[in-house]
Amino acid sequence: MVDDLYQEIILDHSKHPRNCHAMDDATRKAEGFNPLCGDKLKLYVKMEGDIVKDASFMGSGCAISTASASLMTESLKGKTRDEALKLLEKFHDLLTTDTPVGKDLGKLVVFCGVRDYPARVKCATLAWHTLKSALNGAAEPVSTE
Amino acid sequence: MSTLTSVIPAGFDVAKVREDFPVLKQTIHGKPLVYMDSAATAQKPFAVIDAIRKFYEVDCANIHRGVHELSQRSTASYEETRSKARRFLNSRFTNELIFVRGTTEGINLVAGSWGRGNVREGDEIVVSAMEHHSNIVPWQMLCEEKGAKLRVIPMNDRGELILDEYEKLLNPRTRMVAVTHVSNALGTINPIGEIVAMAHRAGALALIDGAQATPHMKVDVQALDADFYTLSGHKVVGPTGIGILYGKSKLLNAMPPYQGGGDMIKTVTFERTTFADLPHKFEAGTPNIAGGIGLGAAFDYLGTLGLDKIAAYEHELLLYGTEVLSRIPGLRIIGTAREKAAVLSFVMEGIHPHDIGTVLDRQGIAVRTGHHCAQPVMDWFHVPATTRASLAFYNTTAEIDALADGLGKVKEIFS
Repeated sequence: MVDDLYQEIILDHSKHPRNCHAMDDATRKAEGFNPLCGDKLKLYVKMEGDIVKDASFMGSGCAISTASASLMTESLKGKTRDEALKLLEKFHDLLTTDTPVGKDLGKLVVFCGVRDYPARVKCATLAWHTLKSALNGAAEPVSTE
Repeated sequence: MSTLTSVIPAGFDVAKVREDFPVLKQTIHGKPLVYMDSAATAQKPFAVIDAIRKFYEVDCANIHRGVHELSQRSTASYEETRSKARRFLNSRFTNELIFVRGTTEGINLVAGSWGRGNVREGDEIVVSAMEHHSNIVPWQMLCEEKGAKLRVIPMNDRGELILDEYEKLLNPRTRMVAVTHVSNALGTINPIGEIVAMAHRAGALALIDGAQATPHMKVDVQALDADFYTLSGHKVVGPTGIGILYGKSKLLNAMPPYQGGGDMIKTVTFERTTFADLPHKFEAGTPNIAGGIGLGAAFDYLGTLGLDKIAAYEHELLLYGTEVLSRIPGLRIIGTAREKAAVLSFVMEGIHPHDIGTVLDRQGIAVRTGHHCAQPVMDWFHVPATTRASLAFYNTTAEIDALADGLGKVKEIFS
């Protein structure tokens, strides 16, 4: 049922997104765009050395993409760049493969329902695509297409 | 849930019509399919499916070249569609109808062939604020190549073009006015006769995108005095990959070919090629023969139902749907033109269209969510996207009630 997709945590984070603000002292910024639905996202990351000290976002999107950005920014804090990129890979696997759900994803496992909605995978990955671009220092806005 | 009673025009038996569409008889996620995405593509009646099947099972051959029986049969039924298209659009001559892949290719053909020879630096092309990307991008590409300028007719809050502003855009440098007959994102029916006449008074030509108009109303290209008019087969219950471009023969004759290849030539040597006459000059290569034959069956089907009856019935659906959706708190209909086709584009406060679309889908209701290939329209209304229920003559008021119930479920989840 559709409730498997819109789990309580996702609804909560979409209605009350965490870390949803601009960041003046961000060391990395990137923009993401999903041309299919027009969703736009700005991501701010503050690195201290190799560690993600803080992360925030702004943008308009559906419940899935907003909750994904919110939960992503929460889960990034304190991670090294490599750990963040590894988490991205695991998150992507969670959405697109049948591999068993890993324990190390924490709260992010609530997105496992997205597997059954292929049209919505890009909503959940927009923030993460944007993260990759921020960590790699890409200048152009990243697109999910 | 509704207490509205809808007046259905006499002689339109929707239950019987639905029997013609096999795809409608299925359940999606355990619920009866409610298909409300006909502005994206219309469903196909048995008549069209059977015509395509018959072509492949019985008549399959290439056209215009074989002397054998099958080739003659397939040529005859393919060319018969051209005659049916002439009656469908009421053009003066059959050779003014060019087979294309769809409206997009029709517009690209004109922008490429006519545009290359007739647009110069400093010239102007006029489009409208409610165009589909397919009636913006080809002109933008042409303007960039030629150093010409793209100008845009603005619209009002209802989603109606402002003709006074349009008048101000017209000047001796205006070469072409390219406007949609009916907006896919808003449903607005534009006063095309007037728009064409104004273009002509300024010495410009007019191309009309008829993709959304042709499924829903009788079109007469001579009465409209359109210079070019395009339609997509799949929107008029025909197959995908086939469409019609109408052009006045005087204009088409003066235009260079669009693509080179077989079927569009008279003679070929390595020194020189002479081109075929209309309409073949614009039809290089083996076309979508089955699609063309299927399109002929679609014209017949719509003709039998009667476009006037279709338009009257769909208007009843539009009034009913507008009334039902307007009662939902927090729902805003985008596009409230006084002249409107059966398109209900809307936003719901605090709920993204994609979430609406997913929840509706799980209740068997197919709607379109997103920008509908009309990003400038979304920007104008300051929304990133809308949910669009686009209705056809096979929809019912009961299905509109199902949509309203579905939206109730959406609110339950997200509020």
